[in-house]
Amino acid sequence: MSELTTTDAAELGRLLTAGEVSAVDVTQAYLDRIEAEDGAIGAYLHVDAEAALRSAEQVDAARADGGALGPLAGIPLALKDVVVTEGVPTTSGSKILEGWRPPYDATLAARLKTAGTVLLGKTNMDEFAMGSSTENSAYQVTRNPWDHDRIPGGSSGGSSAAVAGALAPWAIGTDTGGSIRQPAAVTGLVGHKPTYGSVSRYGLIAFSSSLDQAGPMARTVLDAALLHEAIAGHDPLDSTSIAAPVPVLAESARRGAEGDLAGLRVGVVTELGGDGHTDGYEAGVLARFTETVALLESLGAEVRPVSCPAFDLALPAYYLIAPSEASSNLARFDGVRYGLRVGDDGNRDLDEVMALTREQGFGPEVKRRIILGTYALSSGYYDAYYGQAQKVRTLITRDFTTAFDGDDGHGVDVLVSPTSPTVAWPVGARVDDPIAMYAADLCTLPASLAGVPAISVPCGLSDGLPVGFQVMAPALADDRCYKVAAALEAAQDAARGSRFLDQLPVRSAA
Amino acid sequence: MSTTDRLVDFDEVLTRYEPVMGLETHVELGTASKMFCGCSTTFGAEPNTQTCPTCLGLPGSLPVANAAAIESTIRIGLALGCRIATWARFSRKNYFYPDIPKGFQTTQYDEPLCTAGHLDVEVDGETYRVEIERVHLEEDTGKNLHVGGSTGRIHGADHSLIDYNRAGIPLVEIVTRPIPGAGAKAPEVAKAYVTELREILVALGVSEVRMEQGNLRCDVNTSLAPIGSLEWGTRTETKNVNSLRSVERAVRFEMRRQAALLDEGVAIRQETRHFHEDTGSTSPGRSKEEATDYRYFPEPDLVPVAPDEEWVASLLAALPELPAARRTRLSDEWGISPTEMAWLVNAGAVELVSETVAAGASPADARKWWLGDLARRANDTGTELGELAVTPKQVAELIGLISAGTINDQLARQALDGVLAGEGDPAAVVEARGLAVMGESDELVGAVDAAIEGNPDVADKVRGGKVQAIGALVGAVMKTTRGKADAATVKRMLEERLVGS
Repeated sequence: MSELTTTDAAELGRLLTAGEVSAVDVTQAYLDRIEAEDGAIGAYLHVDAEAALRSAEQVDAARADGGALGPLAGIPLALKDVVVTEGVPTTSGSKILEGWRPPYDATLAARLKTAGTVLLGKTNMDEFAMGSSTENSAYQVTRNPWDHDRIPGGSSGGSSAAVAGALAPWAIGTDTGGSIRQPAAVTGLVGHKPTYGSVSRYGLIAFSSSLDQAGPMARTVLDAALLHEAIAGHDPLDSTSIAAPVPVLAESARRGAEGDLAGLRVGVVTELGGDGHTDGYEAGVLARFTETVALLESLGAEVRPVSCPAFDLALPAYYLIAPSEASSNLARFDGVRYGLRVGDDGNRDLDEVMALTREQGFGPEVKRRIILGTYALSSGYYDAYYGQAQKVRTLITRDFTTAFDGDDGHGVDVLVSPTSPTVAWPVGARVDDPIAMYAADLCTLPASLAGVPAISVPCGLSDGLPVGFQVMAPALADDRCYKVAAALEAAQDAARGSRFLDQLPVRSAA
Repeated sequence: MSTTDRLVDFDEVLTRYEPVMGLETHVELGTASKMFCGCSTTFGAEPNTQTCPTCLGLPGSLPVANAAAIESTIRIGLALGCRIATWARFSRKNYFYPDIPKGFQTTQYDEPLCTAGHLDVEVDGETYRVEIERVHLEEDTGKNLHVGGSTGRIHGADHSLIDYNRAGIPLVEIVTRPIPGAGAKAPEVAKAYVTELREILVALGVSEVRMEQGNLRCDVNTSLAPIGSLEWGTRTETKNVNSLRSVERAVRFEMRRQAALLDEGVAIRQETRHFHEDTGSTSPGRSKEEATDYRYFPEPDLVPVAPDEEWVASLLAALPELPAARRTRLSDEWGISPTEMAWLVNAGAVELVSETVAAGASPADARKWWLGDLARRANDTGTELGELAVTPKQVAELIGLISAGTINDQLARQALDGVLAGEGDPAAVVEARGLAVMGESDELVGAVDAAIEGNPDVADKVRGGKVQAIGALVGAVMKTTRGKADAATVKRMLEERLVGS
């Protein structure tokens, strides 16, 4: 394995800027590795080596001409296939979009292009981002680089496997209920779900509009912060985009890495794996979590338990709101304008062709959620389901506000929990049990419903598999997530004497 | 088409039934760009050339609300005396049809921009108050073209084409509350309402309101209940009634058709019906629609609209003079009675007369031409007055030619023929067709002298004091000049020669 493919993105940026390596060298190293390894991992749905090398050459040429290039120029990148890319196949993991080549770029794709990053390819995902194992992809199973018999998490499992498996230095994922954080946790990555509205959704194929957020998945906290900064910021094409300046994230990560958390007030959410709420949580996960909370204390943080009672209702609320929005967002896939069309043989009428197209184009989990959402929005049921779920959402948001502001003005700065109740499970173990699959998002759903930022950072191994630690912060305080995560990462790396991913069996073997 | 519908005579309907109407009017706003994207709204472009990822509903695309459209909607609401919401939201109306690219229409549901207004309309000197339920903003659909059938409808077609140029054009929907109590005047009240509404939209400058281009489309709800009944009858909804005259005809037809059914004891079906311009009848539309559950919910891709109260107040203060006030003022200025003004309104001629006056004609002359000759021509061809191929400026020019004595009324009508035939402005037509009244030209002097010489008996009678005999000589001159001479001039010239002074 080329050393370039285990080098952090920040370091790659330094090497590229210093002219010590070329963008073509780095890109070729990754393409070689994808060629050799992705057959076993299955992280990518689409790789265009020629196009990647062409962009790398352009960056090198621009650098040779003395052009002013940004710090990310020449660093390769993978995009979750939910991100619309001009001229590059985009499927959202669904057969219904097979072969679609979009005529436009998502805002974040355009920003990354402008920053000079090199697109390696589009990564596998659960169909329309619905799932926690990437097994709902209509195309292929993706393997966890830590153990090929296990899932890489989901729905951004192609991105997590690519980054953990050294098939990309970093990647973009999207998170609706945990789809960045949970795959990051189970593959040993840093994954951040930004404040809702802080990264443009223009060009993300919508699953649940009020929840979807794109964010970085990376090997280090600093890398995640750098990638996040490149995609953040107001976008006039997204009405829900917040008109606030791009937060200073990389600097927060650097400061956090200095390891001083003195005075930081940390709330441990009781409802997420705390006393009386440990059902479904693996002992190894809880053990790593407890150790990490202690580590925070040792770095100077003041830790106390915080109860957020409405969090218990996050799962049912989420599984009404997200499917409701999805049932509407996915209505456009009717076979009329793009993608799959089934049964248009001149004998069937419009309704039959639409129905056949959707029947064959959507997988079972997508159909399950469309049906659920359609039901929840039906007249006569709306108030009881969608309406009630929105009220729960308000209560969850209020729990966050109370925790952060405090009853007496002395709230906590961040809330922490495990990222997911379990480590990566064996491929196939939960495919017939949707409820067990949904439970993987238990800890990530509250931040999604409240629109607040949350990061997952590795906090050790359980049975040789990565465990994630989640840090949640108030809206627009993404910098706190990075600071705390960076402090933990630095302390753990120091104690271990190596980076977290260096423990990957395949790397130790290499 | 339902040519087999039995119809009750209109006057007879009123002896047994009381009509209740409701109107839903869709107005395409004249904004430069579409409701949720930056695409142009220009009418008549090549199909699917004014589209983008958003109005095509491509995966990943998102809407951004058009501020100018929101402002126009609020101004319409203010002109109709509505309450303007301080908090309004867009909602998704979910249903599958190829002309809605997203699988839902973005519209407003339970939180519209404007509610609770009214519009007073006048019919035959009586004022009817039409209550406005709501004014809300939504997006138009694309346009389906069904190819291969005989009717242009989907039934029988072998394939369909869709033009998304219209998809996403801002559409304001103005919904009335049920309008009871109009009785025999119901059809005219319906027409007067749409006419007045159109006048308001023109005054506000928010839409071109060209009904033939579909800028303004009406859905007309009609029901009948036995006179004295406490409950209203079941209504039908006649869709896409696209001219003022058709609004009146649609109500009239539905009243007559429903009365016949009710007379036979047949219940009216709540259904959507199509209006047929050629026969003035309606026929049932797709009956499937009543089963649709639109699953409305707040549009998560758009933030709520919270119109600032001060801004709304400034919009109210800046409203132009509204048609009703304008009519009162013009009645005074033109010295006409409210009844005479009502004729102008019914003829759709207020604006035309006003513009003609502005172009230099006297109010009396302008009214005379628009209500007289021009109204007759519009009626003969079955078009609206404003759609005649003559501008107020041209009418003023015509009137000017008459006042100057260049032409008389009879020649003016011929000149008008030329203008309507596209031969140019009145003066040019008069010139080209040689319509000018003869002054005391050599030709006319010759004709007068010839008439005296050719009718010595008559001339003598006039000389002898039988002045009324001069008419025969005038007639002779008019004949030889083929009507181009001005009769008064001829008479004067004859008198100068025969009577002296």
